[in-house]
Amino acid sequence: MIWDPLLLTLKLALVTTLLLLVIAIPLASWLAQTKSKLKPVLETLVSMPLVLPPTVLGFYFLVAFSPGNAFGGWLNEWFGLKLVFSFPGLVLASILYSLPFMVHPIQSGLASLSPSLKEASYLIGKSKRETLLKVLLPNIKPALLTGVVLAFAHTIGEFGVVLMIGGNIPGVTKVASIAIYDEVEALNYGVANFYSTILFVTTFFILFLVYLLNGSYFKSLLK
Amino acid sequence: MIEIQIQKRLDSAEGSMLLEVAFNIKKGQMVALYGGSGAGKTSLLRIIGGLLQPDKGKVKVNDEVWFQSEPKVVIRKPQARSIGFVFQDYALFPHMTVLENLEFASVNEGNRDLDHLLELTELGDLKHKKPKTLSGGQQQRVALARALAQKPDILLLDEPLSALDDTIRRRLQHYLLKAHKAFGLTTILVSHNIEEIIKLSDWAIELDRGQIVQQGKPTELFSSKGIDENFKVTAEVLAMKPKDQGFEVRLLVQNHVFTRTLSKSEGESLRKGDRVILASNEFNPKLYKE
Repeated sequence: MIWDPLLLTLKLALVTTLLLLVIAIPLASWLAQTKSKLKPVLETLVSMPLVLPPTVLGFYFLVAFSPGNAFGGWLNEWFGLKLVFSFPGLVLASILYSLPFMVHPIQSGLASLSPSLKEASYLIGKSKRETLLKVLLPNIKPALLTGVVLAFAHTIGEFGVVLMIGGNIPGVTKVASIAIYDEVEALNYGVANFYSTILFVTTFFILFLVYLLNGSYFKSLLK
Repeated sequence: MIEIQIQKRLDSAEGSMLLEVAFNIKKGQMVALYGGSGAGKTSLLRIIGGLLQPDKGKVKVNDEVWFQSEPKVVIRKPQARSIGFVFQDYALFPHMTVLENLEFASVNEGNRDLDHLLELTELGDLKHKKPKTLSGGQQQRVALARALAQKPDILLLDEPLSALDDTIRRRLQHYLLKAHKAFGLTTILVSHNIEEIIKLSDWAIELDRGQIVQQGKPTELFSSKGIDENFKVTAEVLAMKPKDQGFEVRLLVQNHVFTRTLSKSEGESLRKGDRVILASNEFNPKLYKE
């Protein structure tokens, strides 16, 4: 099916973004307020995917999760989890790969809030969790939106990691970016153009939406 | 009753400083903390609120230990301290309306208490507005109302009125006094304004570089500096410049500017923007019809 790679891309981006949101909020909130010596180490690790070739990440995933190796074998044996050449593996790799795009906006959003907001909420008697959910997050909506959209768009655009760990299995791991490469190799320029156009237009509008929403025009409508 | 006896090393722009104070506050008192910036006033409030931990000592409120360093370390979380805190920047939650801010802080669901509070602070008409659309004085009243909505035993105010102009400031001093009495609070107020301290507080404590330098009843404290009670107005220091062995000071009283020469020791502690008392030993006014 010609639509399969596109639907798979959409599914991957949605699942990845949702899981990333759940992971990134506590992580970003910890990073925004901690004075721990571990902070620079963790910040570096979170940011690594920005500069590391995706194939490096993909290569280590492939090695680590391959059932022939200790860790991959253990995962397979105990949890029946096969992360190489499978959709869950793609999701896991995408989460790590897009982590900085979700964590950075949320972290800087939280860091830009006056510390007295948090302190006022604590003194009112609200727990850390309630303070985060009811006071801090509602005040960084633009940052959350930026994180969600960038992570989503970045996942749509990934190629190297997916190719390494997912391979090219139609309907399972063959996402649109890989399908394009595949079709070009087979000299099917028409199909490649079809996928490319859709990705081009989709990503354009996603990013356009963020700039509109975070710009002054839509800001007044959001309130 | 609040018993405080703490030590805390503070790092500021001017280097490290030891905050070391011990004092008691009786229930129902309004106590003013004053002193230069960096004296440790705000840190002291934060320690009482549990936002900052002392290195050593104890904080006891109504015979409950809120903090102690020995024999066993006890630290009560800010959430479990019955404190209403009015921050210098008010810390109103921007995404909530005035009423929602109060509801978020309110201990019980009953809206009747909140209505009473809104009435006391004259915020009834503004209750569905977001804080950002309010003026400084209105925001300050919301901050006060929110602090009171949680029915605290202790009210801590960190220079809440410093950013406001004189007229609004006087009105808010009035609200503050009213609330302090109506809710039977024990209140600690950080203030730079001598007039305000005299007007509001039962007891004043002066801090300098982390130490208590003097304390007492405000009226006695501020008149003990040889000030004749007969004639006294408050003034603002507009400018200071060295002259001969001392200083030439320009003072603003209402909308009149005076120049006065001070000796070196008199002028040393004054800075531009300080509020001072202008007093005269002789009171022999001439009156002119305007």
